[in-house]
Amino acid sequence: MSLPSLNQPFVEGSVQTRVGAVPQVSSSLAWADRWGSVKARWGVGRMHYTIDSGLYALGSPDGHSPVLVTANYKMSFDRLREALPGRQAWILVLETEGINVWCAAGKGTFGTEELVRRIASSGLEQIVSHRELILPQLAGPGVAAHQVKKLAGFKVIYGPIRATDLPSFLDSDLKANAEMRQKTFPIGERVVLIPVEFVSALKWTLLMLPVFFLLGGLGGPAGFWSNALDYGLFAVFALLGALVAGSVLTPLLLPWLPGRAFSLKGLGIGLITAFIFTAFRAGNLDGWPGRFEIVGWFLMIPAFSAYLAMNFTGASTYTSLSGVKKEMKWAVPLEIAGGVVGLCLWLGSRFTA
Amino acid sequence: MGQLTYLKNVVTLELDEEKCVGCGMCLIVCPHAVLSMNNGNAMIEDRDLCMECGACARNCPTEAITVQAGVGCAAAVINTALGRDASSCCCVIEPAEDQGAQVKDPKESSQASCC
Repeated sequence: MSLPSLNQPFVEGSVQTRVGAVPQVSSSLAWADRWGSVKARWGVGRMHYTIDSGLYALGSPDGHSPVLVTANYKMSFDRLREALPGRQAWILVLETEGINVWCAAGKGTFGTEELVRRIASSGLEQIVSHRELILPQLAGPGVAAHQVKKLAGFKVIYGPIRATDLPSFLDSDLKANAEMRQKTFPIGERVVLIPVEFVSALKWTLLMLPVFFLLGGLGGPAGFWSNALDYGLFAVFALLGALVAGSVLTPLLLPWLPGRAFSLKGLGIGLITAFIFTAFRAGNLDGWPGRFEIVGWFLMIPAFSAYLAMNFTGASTYTSLSGVKKEMKWAVPLEIAGGVVGLCLWLGSRFTA
Repeated sequence: MGQLTYLKNVVTLELDEEKCVGCGMCLIVCPHAVLSMNNGNAMIEDRDLCMECGACARNCPTEAITVQAGVGCAAAVINTALGRDASSCCCVIEPAEDQGAQVKDPKESSQASCC
């Protein structure tokens, strides 16, 4: 038997069972829990935001209380208990190395094997008199319900996708309606994903900015630093614009952007961004150097934006691997070509007489 | 807003209606209502909504459903192509292109990467 530690900050007490003291938690989150979610959303310590796996008591459950299964990503655990005010339930936490239910199920760590192992190591059979487990529907890619029944004797019941639908699921005889079974991707869900996308792309962009700033100083009509403050500084703003277009505006406006491929969506918003930014350089359009520079940015901004948008497929809730591979076959070469040709035009423009 | 649809005609989902026993588990686990019931058997209602998560195949007791399951994540595809291993991250890419396997066990996959 292995029980989770009682010395975790969110544990409020313990419930005595035949197998020992099971940590007790409540449905109300503390300030520290909420701050932890905010940090994880911004990518701070996100890969290590874990709790001990094993059995927990929500409120004061008894042998007839339902058993809910979740991942040991603290945010998953918090969303689950937060959704169940005033309820008594057992929460069985699987070891997924701090990964949420859906991703861990896809990876196999939230899987049949781990579930069967955790049922045994938690002593669940001695704690509850029934033989039913409620799993999030999104555990489906990892857990084979019929095998769990065969191997551990527990019947897997797939609950709703969203924890917030659990109370009504529990109150309606463990039946989920069609709406509870569909994964949508509404704006609120997309917005909370933006910080992680933005921060990870920003790290790479911040490395590029000084390089572009200095490259902006090369050649050109004036001295190095005045060129850098002209062409280089514009490059910095243009790259930040492309970053925002691809990693912020694309997720935000996803359903309304034209095209099915994410690269196309990013390309569209990238072109608009290029229009807006190059409008500030329109004064240079009467000479070839100015024209080359503008065309260069018309290639680089959309290429960068399309690339970042393409990477949002991983966070989205409806892209298939076959589709992503098909998209990448044409999108990656075009993104690279756009970036390289654009860069050459931009650099070359200052060496054009 | 209804369901968002990704690319058309790319999905590897197949259903063998001969093997189907009509238990309905695939309908329960599918997050995009790809499948429906027709005269006591499952049928593919809207293939283009499928995201190849593999939940239906994994939970089919008679292996009537096959799909090349994986995570539709461009970063993971890139990392796999570059031979990078980022096992601390959440996405995973199938290891080989063996056609027709039921659900690939992600445990066998050595290359995992991030989304």
